[in-house]
Amino acid sequence: MTQSIVIKPNADAQYVLRLADTCLIWSHRLSEWCGHAPVLEEDIALANQALDLLGQARALLTRAGQIDGQGFDEDQLAYLRDEGDFVNVTLAELPNGMNGQRDFAFTVLRNFVLSSWALLIWQHLASSRNTELAAIAGKAAKEARYHREHAADWVIRLGDGSDESARRMAAALERLWPTTHELFDSDEVDHAAASSGLGPAWSVLREAWLADVEAVFVEATLALPPKSAYRSEAKRGVHTEHMGRLLAEMQTLQRSYPGGMW
Amino acid sequence: MSKAFTALPARAAVDEATTPSPLWGEGWGEGPRAAQASRLVTLTQSLAGQNRTDAAWHVLADVPDPEVPALSVRDLGIVRGVSEQDDGALEIVLTPTYSGCPAVEVIEADIVAALDAASLGPVRVRTQRAPAWTTDWISDAGRRKLREYGIAPPGPTGDSAPIRIVRRESIACPRCASTNTERLSAFGATACKALYRCIACREPFEHFKPI
Repeated sequence: MTQSIVIKPNADAQYVLRLADTCLIWSHRLSEWCGHAPVLEEDIALANQALDLLGQARALLTRAGQIDGQGFDEDQLAYLRDEGDFVNVTLAELPNGMNGQRDFAFTVLRNFVLSSWALLIWQHLASSRNTELAAIAGKAAKEARYHREHAADWVIRLGDGSDESARRMAAALERLWPTTHELFDSDEVDHAAASSGLGPAWSVLREAWLADVEAVFVEATLALPPKSAYRSEAKRGVHTEHMGRLLAEMQTLQRSYPGGMW
Repeated sequence: MSKAFTALPARAAVDEATTPSPLWGEGWGEGPRAAQASRLVTLTQSLAGQNRTDAAWHVLADVPDPEVPALSVRDLGIVRGVSEQDDGALEIVLTPTYSGCPAVEVIEADIVAALDAASLGPVRVRTQRAPAWTTDWISDAGRRKLREYGIAPPGPTGDSAPIRIVRRESIACPRCASTNTERLSAFGATACKALYRCIACREPFEHFKPI
């Protein structure tokens, strides 16, 4: 097995890595739908979005590697870090459904909540003092608009659809809502980024995000679940039990055949 | 440091950078790219006297996009600059269409091969992310070619306006021009296209999304 790599403690690198890992892990979850979506059009739509997110992740991982300065490239950062060194948000790593069942409602609701959040982050980052990060964000913002539109359509269609689709959408919202606290829970990494002009503290996005998602939930006839005391911490390296399995699958080839290419 | 894009290269500098030269040399034979190259020879011969960057722009007008072969990389607007560098290389600046576009490496290789075949090498391709590519950069000729190919061209982007959810403006069918169409999927065979159906002529078609 190839030895794991660890990046140096650095607030700027962590900030970029949180975004990179979120895109990478979210992309991986969407890619799991390939060949399994309810209809061919959605299979293709989810795969296309996974590809966009993977492209964003590659650019961001490269940038994080440059800030870190140890010479790690995008592939090494994706395949050779251990679970505790991944800093994606928890919402990205949850499986594509609940109780071991693949669920399209859960998937599109996650896409909606996360892409609404991502769109705001990219719009802020487009004016980052880091010109490379600003360039990545400028492109990603355009893509996130389409991801959000696609997901919002489905949230409305299923939330305001049949009894069964509404039941599933409500169950999905109840499951994922507590993890959204993490999307706006600022810490020292955020504060450093905000004061240096690298990017916004995530807490400043909350109000705009809530207005965006609530407007769609009203159309979807979905009620917000009550506030929860649950706090998820994947962006600080404390993951759910699902992350290890995801990484085992994602990393096995590079770990078993170091440097293998095709 | 790059020279100005409009800099007229000295003829000697061009000859040094291009060996053997099918434009001015002798004995151009039956190479693997002979057919393509002979067409380019004709094209570039007519440009004799013009500079190397102009010739490169002409060659790039014939390099197809691998995913939408009706369009050249120039029609698509992804070639943002062509310039001669101090080291004699011709630098092509490319801006990718999408973050995850899987065709980027193929496009780079196609561009280098076409310019090499026209004896305009050595060629270097540089990727530039900002400003981000937009469908507004697709040329008028490109839009016409898209329609002829059966793909409804993109409208203006208007990035500041939120994308309308559920209800959208209708897209004209590229076959019968009816606007009585419906969207089947926001993502078509590639990320840059959506799938539509014309209710008037019953034909499915793709729409190049404004982005």
